[in-house]
Amino acid sequence: MAEGVTIEFTNVTKRFGSVEAVSDLSFSVEPGQITGFLGPNGAGKTTSLRMLLGLVTPTSGSATFGGTTYRNLSSPLGTVGAALEAASFHPGRTAADHLRVYAQAAGLPRSRVGIVLEQVGLESYGNRRVGGYSLGMRQRLGLAYALLGDPGVLVLDEPINGLDPEGIRWIRLFLRQLAAEGRTVLVSSHLLSEVQQSVDEVVIIAHGKLVHRGTLASLDMVESKQVIVDSPNREGLGWALQAAGYAFRSLRGGVIVDNADATEIGRIAFAAGIPLSSLSQKHAGLEDSFLALVGEEGAL
Amino acid sequence: MRSFGRAIHAEFTKVTTTRLWWILAIVMVAYVALVAGGLTAILGVVGTGSGGGARAPQISDAQRAPLIYSFGSSIGYVFPVLLGALVTTGEFRHKTLTPTFLATPKRGRILVAKLVALFVFGALFGVFAMVGSVGAGSGIMAVFGQDAQLGSSGIWALVARAILAMALWCAVGVGLGALIPSQVAAIVIVLAFTQFVEPILRFASGLTDWSASIGKFLPGSASDALVGSSFYTLSAPSLVALDWWQGALVLAAYAVVAAVLGYFTSWRRDVT
Repeated sequence: MAEGVTIEFTNVTKRFGSVEAVSDLSFSVEPGQITGFLGPNGAGKTTSLRMLLGLVTPTSGSATFGGTTYRNLSSPLGTVGAALEAASFHPGRTAADHLRVYAQAAGLPRSRVGIVLEQVGLESYGNRRVGGYSLGMRQRLGLAYALLGDPGVLVLDEPINGLDPEGIRWIRLFLRQLAAEGRTVLVSSHLLSEVQQSVDEVVIIAHGKLVHRGTLASLDMVESKQVIVDSPNREGLGWALQAAGYAFRSLRGGVIVDNADATEIGRIAFAAGIPLSSLSQKHAGLEDSFLALVGEEGAL
Repeated sequence: MRSFGRAIHAEFTKVTTTRLWWILAIVMVAYVALVAGGLTAILGVVGTGSGGGARAPQISDAQRAPLIYSFGSSIGYVFPVLLGALVTTGEFRHKTLTPTFLATPKRGRILVAKLVALFVFGALFGVFAMVGSVGAGSGIMAVFGQDAQLGSSGIWALVARAILAMALWCAVGVGLGALIPSQVAAIVIVLAFTQFVEPILRFASGLTDWSASIGKFLPGSASDALVGSSFYTLSAPSLVALDWWQGALVLAAYAVVAAVLGYFTSWRRDVT
């Protein structure tokens, strides 16, 4: 296996005519962990990945693997494995032949074909024409292509799309294993929920711009303006909150106060002599933070 | 250099791992054999007088074999063109340019490798076509007791030149495919040009001296000049023609110019 290297985007911009698909994007992706590359559809994820892989030429800036652009890598498939879309196959060619063509082009031993087919669980379907493959099988074949050169870096565009629950579970474990081996794993998705169980780090873009970069937990730290409070004397608490001018809802688990700060609510209850059984600032949750970051269109 | 050899190897494997090439080859051989054999038979029947030979075209014994054998390339050439064009446009259609460019990021190298690999495939098509035209033609000639000239070195030189022409035509198809990435458009253009536009242009250009000097550079004329015999040269013997090696160079130039234009228009573009 080749060593995992750092992926580095430096001020990458891409304009298609008058549309700026990616604007001044800079971030790095470290080896040994899974990084989620997130954003709503049309945010510029695929364009960014295609620029990283030398398929699309950036208008300005550069994206590199350990300092080298993809087109200048001495052994591209041995350094980076990429799975970009589920339909990059000739339907009349068998999966094994498909892989054999690119193994030959990259100067890899023919034995790699059987090895990667087995790694993705397609060993008994290798001699079938890809035209008859299901979307899930195509995703696996795309992954097999990415693994062909046993690379230290994996770049996967929406690899979970089209997989059944069993396939999703399989790919999560598989990616986890690849990262544990020290590889750099970059996985894009438009759904946070799809990858939140697998990723360590997140890079979030919206409208071609970087909006958040950090650990998955850092997303959860974003606090909302809601307070959850409860008291054995709910009626008294209600009077006190109303007197202080707060809007609130009484639920079974407690009272939710909008646009409030936990310290302030505690002070109001104390001043009114209301005993509290619980008091906390409500966390926004990963999904809500994600949606807040990417904007309303994120709900697509 | 080693990487270049690998690219050619991969391009060759791409052709052999789908059904396209042998389907085209079978149709080509059947078509060429039918026309070459059928025409030999008609000429034979007319020539022996059993069909009332008064209006039969005057074909000498020496002309017959080269004319019949050259059908392999003069009507068969559309098949290697289609192979080259379909293989190249297929990369766009099936989005296989993505894995191709990922495995070999130097794009110019792939286009050259494709030209080389398909040139070899075109030569193979040339061999098949010659088997069809020489096989069927000489067989029928034997039936009529005519001289098939299979011992003549001139005939085998013609066969070799026809194989070279077919190889060049396949490379022209690759250039065309890079220039016109839409598969449907490429097929329509190949068929319309080879079956309709060019025959008319060649006929029309032969009507005056000045246009004939341009017409001899049409790809079909260049190809016939390379092979050295065709039903065109027979029907209009006064037509100006190039030398055989000039014909080969003109045909090669078509392939290279189309590929270079294709490289700058479609091949280098962003793959999205």
